[in-house]
Amino acid sequence: MVADWRVSIVERPKTALFGLFLVGLAVDLVLKLFGVQLTLGSANLLGGSLGLGRLITLVWDGIVIGLGIGLAGIGLSMTYSILSFANFAHGDYITSGAFAGWAVAWLVAGFGSGQLDGNVLYLATVGFGPTGPSPADLAINTIKTPIAVFGGLLVAVLATIALTLVIDRFIFKPMRNQGGITTLIASIGVALALRYLIVFVFGASNRGLTGGSPKLILAAVDGQFALANKRSTIILAQNGNAPTDVFYWLFPVVDIGSYSTELLSVTGAELTIVATSLALMYGLHVTLQRTKLGKAMRAMADNEDLARVTGIPTERVVRATWIIGGGLSGAAGYLIALERGTLAFNLGWLLLLLIFAAVILGGIGSIYGAMVGGILIGLTNSVSLVWIPSSFSTAAAFVIMILVLVIRPDGLFGGVTTA
Amino acid sequence: MSSSDGPVASTGAQLSRWFREGDAGLITAVMIGIYVLFTIFAILSPSQGLGGIVATLQAVTFWTALYAMLVLALNLHWGYTGLFNIGVAGFMAVGVYTFAALTAPTTGSPPGLGLPLWVGIVGGMLVAALAGALIALPALRLRADYLAIVTVAFSEIVRLSLLSTSLQEFTLFSSIGFIPDLTLGSGSGQGINMPINPTIPVKSLFYTNPTNPANGEITGLGETVFSLFATIGVRETVVVSIGYTLLLLAFVALFYWLLRRIGNSPFGRVLKAIREDELVANSLGKDTRMFKIKVFMVGCALMGLGGILWETQKGFTDPTSTTFRPIQTFYIFIALIIGGAGSNTGSVFGGALFASLLFQGPLFVSRIFSKFIELGDAPSTFAGAVAPALSLNFAPAAAYTLKNIPSLRFVLVGLVLVVLMQNRPTGLLGHRKEVAASIDLSERDGRTGDAAGKPAADGGQMPDGVRSESDSASGGERDD
Repeated sequence: MVADWRVSIVERPKTALFGLFLVGLAVDLVLKLFGVQLTLGSANLLGGSLGLGRLITLVWDGIVIGLGIGLAGIGLSMTYSILSFANFAHGDYITSGAFAGWAVAWLVAGFGSGQLDGNVLYLATVGFGPTGPSPADLAINTIKTPIAVFGGLLVAVLATIALTLVIDRFIFKPMRNQGGITTLIASIGVALALRYLIVFVFGASNRGLTGGSPKLILAAVDGQFALANKRSTIILAQNGNAPTDVFYWLFPVVDIGSYSTELLSVTGAELTIVATSLALMYGLHVTLQRTKLGKAMRAMADNEDLARVTGIPTERVVRATWIIGGGLSGAAGYLIALERGTLAFNLGWLLLLLIFAAVILGGIGSIYGAMVGGILIGLTNSVSLVWIPSSFSTAAAFVIMILVLVIRPDGLFGGVTTA
Repeated sequence: MSSSDGPVASTGAQLSRWFREGDAGLITAVMIGIYVLFTIFAILSPSQGLGGIVATLQAVTFWTALYAMLVLALNLHWGYTGLFNIGVAGFMAVGVYTFAALTAPTTGSPPGLGLPLWVGIVGGMLVAALAGALIALPALRLRADYLAIVTVAFSEIVRLSLLSTSLQEFTLFSSIGFIPDLTLGSGSGQGINMPINPTIPVKSLFYTNPTNPANGEITGLGETVFSLFATIGVRETVVVSIGYTLLLLAFVALFYWLLRRIGNSPFGRVLKAIREDELVANSLGKDTRMFKIKVFMVGCALMGLGGILWETQKGFTDPTSTTFRPIQTFYIFIALIIGGAGSNTGSVFGGALFASLLFQGPLFVSRIFSKFIELGDAPSTFAGAVAPALSLNFAPAAAYTLKNIPSLRFVLVGLVLVVLMQNRPTGLLGHRKEVAASIDLSERDGRTGDAAGKPAADGGQMPDGVRSESDSASGGERDD
């Protein structure tokens, strides 16, 4: 066992170094949690202090962001492996889906609250204009206006599918025989055109989307885990007089001494993005495992000519790829906007590099790689805040991506293509 | 816009003569065409007489020169060697901020080292080259599209770090006793002042106190030149800008000359061999990795220099400047693609066409339209533009469109890029044959040569996994 390790360290020193770095971070994290600090002279070597609640919040944030990135990354990964080009327009598919979905969500919410009259165009451009109901007036959130939220999600998916198919028909289909780089450059053109068309229609400003987002707070109260929907309830309970007229629920079994702290606050939007993206990912998994489509995609990613010779309708597989990839990216854009509560024309463009990082980290062509890579990038983005200032968290994710490319260019799931 | 294509597409016979007779003629012809077009624009637009025309032509030349410089530097990477570097903005930022740290006054906020101009320029180029080496060492083993993602991620890491308040002002060597403390900083969002910058030598021709002209005298030369230009209504600031633009043009010529020298040297021939087929170059005994790292460093140094000349002329920079955004890289890339990767003339040509027709032209068209066509006040929102159009009143929609031309021109840029990639992926001049041997054999009709760009017998599909670098916009294709 020890000999094995020694061999692998000698053979792959970069991987070993990176592994050592990760182990160091993990040790540091544990020491920080227990409030232990190792010092040498005046320099702080390891440890420090970090509340359990803060760590749980960071991990949860990372998972939420990461699932959104992973969902968006699946489409990028699929088109990368099947059409053999890095689609730089993917970020703007995400933005398009978000705007299409939120236009409908606003229209439905406006209809529901009786503010549709005279505001149709204002609502359809997601509040581009000086006059009209504000996000607070519409008060869109998953609990109170589920029809608006999920109707918008459906439209985001459908609209993005339509958009990707149209773009493929007129732009990428005539270029199937050209090299990956040529198509990549064309996709940059598509990205620019789409982004500024969105600016033309929806304006360049960042707008608020939702209102009155409900919360769920997990806390430890005298050693027992408790759930509530208001912070004040928790504070009252921790002082020993839990209110009875509002939502307050104690986990019956667990008891960990007399520990009292707030652990995690979850918004309805976060729960929506987590549940929806997990459901969509599972649905995709089943589709690709149980149907011939998945097999055809794997065959095509492996060798397109051979696939065509074997009678696989490659154009139809390409269309299915765009439908799945486009639909998921639209859903991802819509959900990420829901979670953030804001939307601007450069949403997808700013996310695109993180999505590339996730896809490369997971291994291009593997949808599970995209999912895992997304979560890892999301975790890097948020848990890195323990060590570095927030202005570097995105840079940290990019550094991780570059390191993975250097150490293992095929990614974590490299070699496993599409499902 | 169709009229603006005139200088490009007119009279094929004449053009082909220029092709043979040399590139200087072609660039001159294109620039004359662009000047004529913008003179017409300036006359039509609400500017002030002859002075307005001169200022317009100065602005167009200025942007052309800036883009031409950066496009030439990128041409060394992408056009010559096939290295898909889309982190140009990052290397520019490294150059600019090194320049700023070296030359900013020691009393400034954030402070610099207060060194002379040339130290700053050389230092900026060196550090940009080192940054290039840092990225090139691990990344050049990767496929072209991975290199692209690594470089664009690098440029974002640089930009985000510059934005961070943690680096706003920091002290080096504070814990090491025998080295004096050294306080530097990026200034983060507040930016950094660069009173010493490449416009100073130009200004010192005209003013005795170039860093603050208002506090000094005008030199004898300045007196003469200003009064000369004043007779045709050109303001002092425009005259100074013309001076700086001429300096930029000199740098464009320098870049062009340098690239020609590199391209025609044995070193350059290896670069082209790497672009066409790295394996072949490797098996001929060339250490392609070293060649790639060297050319990457040279290109990055040129990008650093280009960035300094571009960004410092305002005497101030901050990380929110468009120059450092990834979009800037894509503008430069698009200019290169338009002109034709692999061709130096094409690079200058693409820089000129992008800067004038795609970048500045639409703005003039918008101004001219709003001067001559009375459309009323433009609505501020899309809804305000569409609502009247439903009742067949199209004036607000037209006014809204005109008002939004600054953003709509990027839709045009995108569409131009797509159309080019579909129909002419080698760019306008990129298809030209290059002389690889030291003796020009190009008079013979090109039957020989590479088949890399030609569709394969099986319908043009490259075998999967082979993302060919040579069949894209790198001059491997022939259409004649």
